[in-house]
Amino acid sequence: MIVSNKRVTVLKTENANLREHRSQSAISEPKVMVSVRKLNFYYGQHQALFDNNIDILERQVTAIIGPSGCGKSTHIRTYNRIYELYRDQRVEGQIMLDGQNILDDNMDLIQLRHKVGMIFQKPSPFPMSIFENVAYGLRLHNKMPQGELVGRVEDALKRAALLDEVKDQLHQPGTQLSGGQQQRLCIARAIAVEPMVLLMDEPCSAIDPIATGKIEDLIETLKKKYTIVLVTHNMQQAARVSDYTAFFYQGRIIEFGRTTQIFENPSMKQTEDYITGRFG
Amino acid sequence: MKKFVHSSKSIRADIFFRWLTVLGAVIVVLVVGGIVLTLLLHSRLSIKQFGLGFFISRLWNPVTGEFGAASSIYGTIITTLIAMLLAGPAALVIALFLVELAPPKLSRTVGLGIELLAAIPSIIYGMWGLFVFAPFMASHVQPALAKTMPYLPLFRGPPMGIGILSAGIILAIMILPFICAVTREVFMMVPELLKEAAYAMGGTTWEVTRKVTIPYGLHGILGAMFLGLGRGVGETMAVTFVIGNNHNISASLFAAGNSIASTLANEFTEASEPLYLSALIELGLALMVLTFGFQAVAHLWLKSIRKTTGVGL
Amino acid sequence: MKPRSKAKRIFVNRLIMAISAAVSGLFLFILGWVLYAVIMRGGAALNVSFFTRLPTPPGVPGGGLANAIIGTLMMTVLAIAIGVPIGLLAGIYLSEFGQESRFADVIRFMCNVLMGTPSIIIGMFVYALLVVPAHRFSGYAGAAALAILMLPVVMKTTEDILKLVPNTLRESALALAAPRWKVTLGVVFRAGKSGLLTGILLAIARISGETAPLLFTALNSPYWPRRFQEPTANLTVTIFNYAMSPYTDWQQKAWGASLLITVSVLLLTVIARFALAERRK
Repeated sequence: MIVSNKRVTVLKTENANLREHRSQSAISEPKVMVSVRKLNFYYGQHQALFDNNIDILERQVTAIIGPSGCGKSTHIRTYNRIYELYRDQRVEGQIMLDGQNILDDNMDLIQLRHKVGMIFQKPSPFPMSIFENVAYGLRLHNKMPQGELVGRVEDALKRAALLDEVKDQLHQPGTQLSGGQQQRLCIARAIAVEPMVLLMDEPCSAIDPIATGKIEDLIETLKKKYTIVLVTHNMQQAARVSDYTAFFYQGRIIEFGRTTQIFENPSMKQTEDYITGRFG
Repeated sequence: MKKFVHSSKSIRADIFFRWLTVLGAVIVVLVVGGIVLTLLLHSRLSIKQFGLGFFISRLWNPVTGEFGAASSIYGTIITTLIAMLLAGPAALVIALFLVELAPPKLSRTVGLGIELLAAIPSIIYGMWGLFVFAPFMASHVQPALAKTMPYLPLFRGPPMGIGILSAGIILAIMILPFICAVTREVFMMVPELLKEAAYAMGGTTWEVTRKVTIPYGLHGILGAMFLGLGRGVGETMAVTFVIGNNHNISASLFAAGNSIASTLANEFTEASEPLYLSALIELGLALMVLTFGFQAVAHLWLKSIRKTTGVGL
Repeated sequence: MKPRSKAKRIFVNRLIMAISAAVSGLFLFILGWVLYAVIMRGGAALNVSFFTRLPTPPGVPGGGLANAIIGTLMMTVLAIAIGVPIGLLAGIYLSEFGQESRFADVIRFMCNVLMGTPSIIIGMFVYALLVVPAHRFSGYAGAAALAILMLPVVMKTTEDILKLVPNTLRESALALAAPRWKVTLGVVFRAGKSGLLTGILLAIARISGETAPLLFTALNSPYWPRRFQEPTANLTVTIFNYAMSPYTDWQQKAWGASLLITVSVLLLTVIARFALAERRK
């Protein structure tokens, strides 16, 4: 595991903790799903990310926290190269996923976005029915008989904890749902195509606390199958839901480690200041 | 001491000013009302004489005083239809090019070019149509069409160059910029978030456009089409130059015909008898109704996007 | 379940993108084609006589369309003098006094109806109103038809531009005890000046190329335009008459007139869009 702005002591303590953890349980160390090396990002002339290095572990929830404008969203938007929709945004460095450098020019974007799904800050149901929303990705990538399609859609809705609430109105427009339901619809849409990684960019910032709770429970279930990277400005949420946490500040990764360690015993002063609310 | 009260002269000036603006507004109402009234009044004679049969009669004989709108209405509808079939999809793909494909500088330049197409006056298109485009149609396009599809009655008859098909094509060129401008606005109004979400699922640009952008903006796009229809039926000079001015209805698109507007342009000053004039004015009334109908539908469609998105167009 | 061929999806995408670029290019080509024809054929017809002489009968060399040029200018100026003030006033009413009222909504609706009315219908209306009672065609009628054509465009632009002026500007002026009319004409107008000018220039560009409204109002004339009460020579109806004639020298003159009109209209359009847009920045 590599930490940026390295402090050897952190590394040593981390490894010590890990070894302890490992000896306590017989679980093998989770493997690295996404490996980011020397990532720099530019909006035109302005540099937003500086030398980001991080390993995202498989089937764990990695939270990304930090004050607004620190580059959290910018960072994860490199994982599915969605920034390429905008002409003046560019990237340097390397991101390895499933044995491939996804920043390579030869990388097939369609395949990449099949493997890496994204949930946005504001729920974004397409202008179509609930069923069609979930079927969108499935239809893009596959030809399947209607029966199988219906099955996959309902399964995705079930796993997104939405099926019970909408099963009688699958053909109503997705926009008629409440904010929290819409966001779960977007989650169902994303997981229907069975990605490897799920990027969540402040998924609860536009919805009410009760719906937020439902989504946090959902994340707990989803991580059994998917690797989740969760950007959040809500520290309590990060502490509740994630296994690992990365603290970003002004485009750099200041500290990365187990969530429990980051929140109870941060090694960097900046991390401590942020966590204790001295700035943010 | 501050002046808290306007002098009475000032108040009078204000009242006068306000009433002046109201007058301006009222003049607009009077003009519109005047147009409608005039059309209704002066077509009374023709309406009494011919009744509803006016709209289906193919006769047009100034000598015997028998008039029928069928050929004019037919010509108007067919040329506008051809124009829509060509300009509609073209406007869509051009808007797609301008919004999704072209880099900003290219998009601005090409966009300006399309706008200039709209600025060219109708009569210039008429000149070009009659002296440049029609001969081109006659020597190259029409023979090719006749050869490739001989079994269709659409492409029979001598390739004169002028006629319904050429008029329809020129009309398409003229209404394209309007449809394109509105469609472009509609595309730009789709929230970035929605497009990003669709791309994030692995869609290609066309897939995102087809499944998300176009459905989202469907009302606006349809509104644009109806706007184009409204303009197309009223186009006068370009069509008059090229359509051939013949009061016949033929199955072939190569044939000459006329539209309501072209009939009016050609014959209004020659209408010596009151009945002739009245028939022409009744034609004008029909045109007014058509135009108004399309515009109204377009307006309703465009207004309903304001309701769903909260943004006006 | 069968995976859909990615190659096919990418191919379809590339194909559509290529089509969209090609169609855009096609219409730009058409623009070039039209302009080329107008410049080539029109240029050949333009000479000093064109701008200084009266038209001669067909087949007689020399002659020009000086009367038509003057006639068009005269009627356009008169149309502007009528149409712009009324349009401005109506637009001011809608933006300053008519935000909430039902009456204003009716006015707006009427404006849209008028804007969508085919110009030939407007010509017919003015014919019935001004030509028939006077028993003659006249330059007045022509100018009136053009003014009616301009009216809704000026009105709509005025309302749109003035609505953009922030209310705080109006309120600060009113708070200084300025009378309403001074606030509108002084402060608000000045703030929207370039936008208004753009709109008016575009309206002028539009009417300079119009033919249909003049067909049965001003008609045409081979003489100098002396008074507005008679048929007035103008470029656009001349183009119509000459182009439909069987005489090649007349057709050539029609091209010359077309070039003049096209250049004026495009120049006005470009000036309106660019020069004024720059100033606003």
